[in-house]
Amino acid sequence: MQHVMKQKVTILMAAALSALVLSGCGEEKAASGGGIEPKVYTDSLFAVMKADRTNYTKMIIGRLGPAGADSIKPHEYWEDLENGAPLPAQMFRYGAEAVSEMTSDFTYSLQSLWPINAQNAPKTDLEKEGLQFIVDNPGQNFYGEETLGDTTYYTAVYPDVAVAAPCVACHNNHKDSPKTDFEMGDVMGGVVIRVPM
Amino acid sequence: MMGSAKRNPVLWAIWLVASLALAIWLSLQLVDEEAPKTAFLPGPMTHGHHQIEMQCSVCHGDGFDSETTLQNACVDCHGEQLDDAQDSHPKSKFTNPRNADRLANVDARLCVSCHVEHRPELDVGMGVTLPMDMCAHCHEDIEKDRPSHEGMGFDTCANAGCHNFHDNRALYEDFLLAHAGEPWLKQPAQQAPRDLLARQMRDEDLMALMRGHGEAPADAAVPEHWDGSAHADAGVACTACHGGGDNWVDSPEPQQCATCHEPEHEGFLQGRHGMRLAQGLSPMTPSQSVLNMHVEASHRELTCISCHGAHDFDTQKAAVDSCIGCHNDEHSNQYLRSPHHALWKQEKRGELPPGSGVTCATCHMPREEKHGEIFVQHNQSLTMRPVEKMARPVCLQCHSLEFSLDALADPHLLENNFKGQPEKHVPSIDMAVDRDKARGDKKGPY
Repeated sequence: MQHVMKQKVTILMAAALSALVLSGCGEEKAASGGGIEPKVYTDSLFAVMKADRTNYTKMIIGRLGPAGADSIKPHEYWEDLENGAPLPAQMFRYGAEAVSEMTSDFTYSLQSLWPINAQNAPKTDLEKEGLQFIVDNPGQNFYGEETLGDTTYYTAVYPDVAVAAPCVACHNNHKDSPKTDFEMGDVMGGVVIRVPM
Repeated sequence: MMGSAKRNPVLWAIWLVASLALAIWLSLQLVDEEAPKTAFLPGPMTHGHHQIEMQCSVCHGDGFDSETTLQNACVDCHGEQLDDAQDSHPKSKFTNPRNADRLANVDARLCVSCHVEHRPELDVGMGVTLPMDMCAHCHEDIEKDRPSHEGMGFDTCANAGCHNFHDNRALYEDFLLAHAGEPWLKQPAQQAPRDLLARQMRDEDLMALMRGHGEAPADAAVPEHWDGSAHADAGVACTACHGGGDNWVDSPEPQQCATCHEPEHEGFLQGRHGMRLAQGLSPMTPSQSVLNMHVEASHRELTCISCHGAHDFDTQKAAVDSCIGCHNDEHSNQYLRSPHHALWKQEKRGELPPGSGVTCATCHMPREEKHGEIFVQHNQSLTMRPVEKMARPVCLQCHSLEFSLDALADPHLLENNFKGQPEKHVPSIDMAVDRDKARGDKKGPY
C-alpha cells in the first residue's frame, strides 16, 4: 500500500509542479482531476527511456566497443561470446521485460514496419497507424486510444531514429532485416508505450 | 414420508462415530507434516514432483488461495533455471497488451497453463499438456520468413533438434551455422578437468576450514580408507567436517559438505536426488523412485555420502558404480556395453588421458564453467527433459552439434546407451546452411 501511496503522491506533485511551471507559459497541462495527463506521463517515460538508451550507446558501447577500446563485443548473441555485451536495442527490451515484472501500470516495446524479428511488426490497427505516422511525419509523435482484450489503453508511439552508424549497418546487413537501405537519420521504428486507462 | 420413517439410534451412533473418526483422520493428515496426504491428492503427481507430493504447501502455500501463490512456487524452484536457459518465452512476452488476443487462446503467463499436476491423463511427458497447435497461435505465418518451413505441420515444431518453448540455446540459427561441418567426434574428445582444489586454495576462509579446528576425541580412530582420499590429499583434517572438542559430531549433516562444496550441494538439492531434503523431508530412497531400481538398493538413503562414501570420497565410484548400484533401467544397464564405458575403462587403466572416458556423471552431472572455474552440476535433472537440452552442455564437449542432435533424436540410441550410429537425421543445420548460402556474400553476424 505504502508504495502505491508514494506513487500517487509523486505523480500529484509532478502534476502540480508541471502545472505551476507551464501555467507561466500560458499552457495548462495538468488534468482537471488533479492527476497527470497521459501524454505528459508517456512523454516523461519516453524521455527516460531515450536518455538511458543514448547513454548506454555512447558511454558503454561507444567507448568499449569496436569503435572505442574494443574490449567488449556488442552482439545479438552476446551471451555466447567472451566479453559480449547486449546491443542497445536488446538492452531496451531487457528494460521492458524487467519493468513488466515490477508494474503493470504501463508497458512498452520497440516495433518497426521493417522488424528484424517478425514478432515486432505492428499488430494492432493503432500500432500500424502510429508507426506509419511517425515515418510520414519526421519529428512528430503519435497518440491514440485503443481497446485490447477488455482494457482501454492510452497508446503513444515515438520515433526511433538511426543516430549511429552501427544501427544502420546492422539493420541493413542483418539476414532477417526486410529493409537494407536505411540511412542515418531515418526513422527505423518506434517505441510504443501503453497506459491502461 | 420422511416423518414416518423410524429413526434408528444405533445407526445414528455408528454414523456419528464414523464421521468423527474420518474427520480426525483427515485432520491428523493435515496437521502432521510427515503424514501421507493421499486422501487429499486430486490425482497422482508427475514424475518431477512425486517425491514431494506430501508437501502440498510447497506449491499451494498455506491456504490454496491464489494462482499467484502457485505461480510463485513454480518460479521459486525453476525461475533461475529459466534465466540460465535464456527462456525464449518469458512471461513479459505475454503480459504485453498487444498480445491480449493471443492470451485468449493460450494464457502462457502461467506455468500451469501448460504444465499440469494431478492430471496424469492429460500429461504428455515433462508434466506438459498443451494444445498441439499451440505454436501456431503466434507463428502461423512462419513460412513467410522461412520458406523452408512451408508445409510443416503445427505438431512438428518441438522435435528434438528444432525448437523448444523455453530453451533454444543449442538451436538458434547462427549457433547452428557456427557448428556446421564439424567432425562427428572432436579431437581430442575430452571434458574439462575439475579444478576444485585450485578453487578452494584461493579462498582463505575455506583453507582455514580445511585445516580444521580443535582436537578430535582421543577415541576417534582414523578410518583406513580416508588415507589416499581426495580429502586426505588436500589436507582436509577430521575436525574440518566433524568439528572439534565439545563440538565433535560423529555423523555430520549433508549441510556440512556444503561449507566447502556449496555449488555442488545447491545443484544436488535442486535435482531429483536432493529435492526431498530441500523441502525438509527425509532423504530420497530408491523405493520412492518411479524408475526401475535394484530391489536390494530400495532402502538406501540419498545424501552426499551415498554416492561419494563417508571417507573415501572416490569420484570414480561416484561417477559410475554409485549410479548403477541403484538404477536398473535399460539405459543404465546398457551403459556397461556402450562405447562410452569402453573409453572410461581405458581412462581408468591409464591408456587414455583424464577426461577421455564417459561416465554416467559425464552426461548427467556435466562440468560447467562459471567465472573461469569448473563446477560439477549436481542437478542431474537439469539437462534431461527435454533431452535436446543435453546437446550444448554435454554432447558438444566431444561431438559435433549435428551428431549430437541426431543421436538425441533417436530413441533406439537413447535406450541402448549410444551403441551405434544415429538412424535419425535432424535437418536443422542443413536448413540454416542452405539459407546462408542463398544470401550470397552477406554472412551472418555470429
